[in-house]
Amino acid sequence: MRAIDRGTPRRIGAVVLRHWYLIAGSWPRFLDLCYWPIVQMILWGFIQTFLTMRSNFFAQAGGILLGAVMLWDVLFRGQIGLAISFFEEVYSRNLGHLLATPLRIGEYMASLMFVSLMRTAVGLFPATLLAIWFFGFSLYSLGLSLAAFFFSLIVFGWSIGLFVAGLVLRYGLGAESFAWAFIFALAPLCGVYYPTTILPPWVQAFSALLPASYIFDGMRAVLIDHMVRVDYLLMAAGLNVVWLAAGVAAFLIFHNQARDRGMLLQLGE
Amino acid sequence: MDVPVSPLTDNRTDDGMSEEPAIAVDGLVKRYGKVHAVDGISFTVPRGSFTALLGGNGAGKTTTIAILLGLIRPTAGRIRILGEDFRTHAKSLLARMNFQSPYADLPRRLTVRQNLTVYARLYGIVDTRGQIAYLARELDLEGLLDRPLGELSAGQRTRAGLAKAFINRPELVLLDEPTASLDPDTADWVRGFLSRYARQARATFFIASHNMLEVERLCDQVLMMKGGQIVDSGAPRELIERYGRQSLEDVFLEVARHGARQSAAS
Repeated sequence: MRAIDRGTPRRIGAVVLRHWYLIAGSWPRFLDLCYWPIVQMILWGFIQTFLTMRSNFFAQAGGILLGAVMLWDVLFRGQIGLAISFFEEVYSRNLGHLLATPLRIGEYMASLMFVSLMRTAVGLFPATLLAIWFFGFSLYSLGLSLAAFFFSLIVFGWSIGLFVAGLVLRYGLGAESFAWAFIFALAPLCGVYYPTTILPPWVQAFSALLPASYIFDGMRAVLIDHMVRVDYLLMAAGLNVVWLAAGVAAFLIFHNQARDRGMLLQLGE
Repeated sequence: MDVPVSPLTDNRTDDGMSEEPAIAVDGLVKRYGKVHAVDGISFTVPRGSFTALLGGNGAGKTTTIAILLGLIRPTAGRIRILGEDFRTHAKSLLARMNFQSPYADLPRRLTVRQNLTVYARLYGIVDTRGQIAYLARELDLEGLLDRPLGELSAGQRTRAGLAKAFINRPELVLLDEPTASLDPDTADWVRGFLSRYARQARATFFIASHNMLEVERLCDQVLMMKGGQIVDSGAPRELIERYGRQSLEDVFLEVARHGARQSAAS
C-alpha cells in the first residue's frame, strides 16, 4: 500500500458519501438499521427486569444484560456494516468501476470502516436512548470506558468483516452467509452474557485470543465491581492490532487472487 | 460547450517530438490454467486515435480491456499507458483514464446526479457541478439527473454510464460496446459526442464493439482478435480492400469463420 496522499481523504469521503446517499435516500433502509438493536434491547431489558426481581446478583449489577446486548451490537453491527457495505458494491456490480478509479485498495478498506462506523452509530444511538427511557439504564454511565469498549469492539468487527468481504471477493456471493455465521460462532466464546471463566478450560484458550472477551469481562468489572480494568483494555488493544492486521492481509490476499482470476469485473448477482 | 483541454492531452511534447503512444502493449498474456484468454498480443494505439478491438465472443477483448484497467493481473507482458509503465503507475494513470463496460453497473438506487457526484470526487474533479451539467447536456441527461438509475431505461442507463466515463475528462477512454443498448438515433448522437470529445480534448479511444458500421465510421485502426490473439489489423478501409469485401462486417465474418487471410498482427 502506498503512503497517504492529499487525495486520500477525498476518495475515502466519496465512498462514504455513496453509502450515505443509499441510507439517507431510503427510510426503510434507515429504519432497518435501528430496528433490530431496539428489538434486542427491549427483549433483554425485560429479561433483566425479570431477573432483577428474582436474583440478588442482578439487582446489584444493574444493566449488566442491557449493557452486554448493546455492546454486542457494536461488534455485530461493526462487522455486518462493513461486510454489507462491500456486498452492496457486489450486488450493484459497481466494484469494477470503483477499483478502476484512483481509489487505492487501502483507501477502499478504510472507507468501508467509516461506513461501518456510520451504520453502527445510526443503528445503535436510538436504542441507547430508549434503554434510558424504558429501563432506566444508560450505556453512557460506563463513562470513558464506553469509548474504549466501543472502539475495541468495532475494530474487532472490522477485522472479521474484512475477512468475510475478502471471502466474497474470492469465492463470490455464495460466501456471503459467512457474514452472519462467523460472528455468531464467536458469541459463545467471548462471554457476552457470562464471565469467560465459566467456559471449559480448553474453550477458554480460544476465548483468550478474542479481544471481545476482555471487553465484556471489562464491562462487567465496571458495572459489578465499579472498577476499570486497564489490563483488559490493553490486552484487547494488543489483540486487535493482530486481528486487524490479519483482516487487512486476508482482504489483500483475496483481492489479489480475485484479480488473478478475473473476478473483479464478473462479481455480481 | 467545449471540453476543457488539459495540456497533458496534447500529442506533442514541448520540443515538437511525438509522444509515446497512448497504449503500448508488448507480449501480453493472460492464462487461466490451460486456457489462454489472451495469448501474447502486442499492439500500439496512437494518441488521439480511435482504435477498435474486434472479435467474436470469447476472443479476449473484455479481458484485454480489464487488464488495461488493472482489474485483471496479466500472466506476462508489458503495458505502457500515456508514456508511463502501467504496473508501477496504475493509480495515477487511472486518474487520466476512464471506461464503460456492460460488465459494470452504477448503483441503481442512487440518482444519476449522486452517482456522478461520487465519481467526480473519486477522480478529484474541482468543478463537479459544471462537469455534470456539461455531460448532462451532451448526453441528454438533463431531465434524468435526479431520478434513481434503477428507474431508467437500458438506453438511459447506458448514457448515464457514458457520463461517468467522461466525468474526469479522460485522456484515454476504454469503451466496451458503448452503443449496444441504444436506439439508432441515440447511438448516432452518442457517436457524434465521442467524435466531438476526441477532437476537442484530443483524447484517445479504445473500443470493443460488435457494431461494424460504428467501427467503420469512428475508428482509424482495427485490431482483430480470435482465440486470444490479434490475427489482423489495419485501417477499416484497408482491411475491406485487402479481403476484397464490401464492408467490415464481411471481413469480420471471414476472419471469425476462416481465420485471417494474412497476418498483419505484430
